[in-house]
Amino acid sequence: MQAYIIRRLLALIPTLIFASLIVFVTVRLIPGSIIDLMMTQNVSATEKDRATLEAALGLDRPMYIQYFRWAGNVLRGDLGESLWQGTPVAHEIFARLPITLELALLALVVSIAVAIPIGVYSAIRQDTAGDYSTRSISILMLAIPSFWLGTLVMVFPSIWWGWSPQIKFVPFLQDPLQNLNQMFLPAIILGTSLAAITMRVTRTTMLEVLRQDYIRTAWAKGLDERVVVLRHALRNALIPVVTLIGVEIAAVVSVAIVLEQIFVIPGIGLLLIDAVSQRDYPIITGIFLVVGVCVLLINLLIDLSYGLIDPRVRYR
Amino acid sequence: MTDLADRALPRIARERSASLQFLIRLFREKPLGAAGAVIFILFLFCGVFAGLLAPFGVNEISPINRLRPPSAAFPLGTDFLGRDMLSRLLYGARLSVIIGFCAAGLSIIVSVVIGIVSGYLGGRTDMITQRFVDAWQSFPALVILIVAVAVLGPGMPQIIGVLALLFGIAGSRIIRGAVVSVREHMYVHAAQSIGAGTAWIVWRHILPNVVPLVIVLFTSRVGAVILAEAALSFLGFGVPPPAPTWGGMLSGSARTYMYQAPWLALAPGLCLTIVVYAVNVFGDALRDLLDPRMRGSR
Repeated sequence: MQAYIIRRLLALIPTLIFASLIVFVTVRLIPGSIIDLMMTQNVSATEKDRATLEAALGLDRPMYIQYFRWAGNVLRGDLGESLWQGTPVAHEIFARLPITLELALLALVVSIAVAIPIGVYSAIRQDTAGDYSTRSISILMLAIPSFWLGTLVMVFPSIWWGWSPQIKFVPFLQDPLQNLNQMFLPAIILGTSLAAITMRVTRTTMLEVLRQDYIRTAWAKGLDERVVVLRHALRNALIPVVTLIGVEIAAVVSVAIVLEQIFVIPGIGLLLIDAVSQRDYPIITGIFLVVGVCVLLINLLIDLSYGLIDPRVRYR
Repeated sequence: MTDLADRALPRIARERSASLQFLIRLFREKPLGAAGAVIFILFLFCGVFAGLLAPFGVNEISPINRLRPPSAAFPLGTDFLGRDMLSRLLYGARLSVIIGFCAAGLSIIVSVVIGIVSGYLGGRTDMITQRFVDAWQSFPALVILIVAVAVLGPGMPQIIGVLALLFGIAGSRIIRGAVVSVREHMYVHAAQSIGAGTAWIVWRHILPNVVPLVIVLFTSRVGAVILAEAALSFLGFGVPPPAPTWGGMLSGSARTYMYQAPWLALAPGLCLTIVVYAVNVFGDALRDLLDPRMRGSR
């Protein structure tokens, strides 16, 4: 197991190098615009100041030297400083990251609680009215944009009943109930959009597993339906579902960004949107990198969790 | 006699009858998918002929008619500048069609090029390409889009380009998978052993095998691209206003007026849902008919 973890971590290195290159190249596509921005803030600046500024930021050096210098700083945990607040970027990002993670985790709980029971039901009652209706609803859920759902939830309860969702953020540790009061609606919206796909995969893999010989044996032994379905079939059907959750992590973050904007949750998404409108490039670069690395690490954790679900998986 | 007629039949006519048969199969076996196709064509039609169908101009402001509820003159009401919602939705369909088709089409080209290079050449090229794709996929789509817009500035060509790259690189996995399995077929080995060039083999043997996959992938991408563009416009990073994007119509100043004019919140989202749903069920039906191996995946 230990050797496996070490090997997986080593295999992560080339991917991380590519990820850092993607971040670096994308953000450096804007030659000189950071300088332009600083120049416009200081009216008395001259062309000579521009050269000194470029030299001070290291922008006069060749691209690859800039990359190595940047990557070296990142490895030391230094993501630079915000252009506006002057605070360390790492500080800003790690203050906001837990909030987005909380939202993602709540949504994951919602999606599992909704998707797995419905997926199992749909599979054991294949081709019944219940199966068809849950499947149609799941295809529909895939098509509803979550920002529209969020908008409807903001607008209509307020018009009909004068009720509107809480949009004042309270940290979880300060007042868990107040915090969840704001988080539950976006978590449900994010969770249901995730549940649509999870449900489909649960159903498909359950159908495959239910056709296996050992399931027929279990039935033949006269076991209860509950025991056959939950203990014998579901556990074996879970691996593709868990893999899917890993694949969906990146998509969850995308939706979370939009919902944070609607429900005014000060997570990483709101930070990114603010940074983009203020052209705060160090923060943009930092978020870009941190989010990518987080997704890669979560996927690694998911790979390692297979052994807990399925003892047949041996780490070699 | 019939034999002779068959041989004399031009190739185009035979192909036409094949596509007609395909259509009949679509309607008979997949009624929901066929309904999706009809809605999708209707949406295309609205987009192409928006100029003729729309009762008002796209940015025709009429201050006396601000925030009018749906009526005979304004079937879907008016917004806070007195612009007709129906007309703006129709022009919005045009933007969605352009972005959807251009970005999905370009993304397929990216997918096919990367998929074939990585899958057919294999070895070290494949290894390096796949690590790059891994890295690319670890970034949430919306983060890449927002960062790209921050860097390139807002505008339709940039958005199409970034969406194409985004979905193209992600979709290359699917093409690569198919290429890897086709590469091991006997006829490919035969072609290699008689000394056929790589380009020839790719063109004659590999590409025709991924065509069904390309069609299915394209359809599913159109829906995904439309949704992604809408989310981007919703956040204010899409095609800049006053362009009538569906996502944009749900954001910005419109949001402050939704409480007194709820119809502003309904129509754009409903249009998005219907179009994406139609594209998705049509894509599912196509996949089941064209490529049974992909059934149940997604």
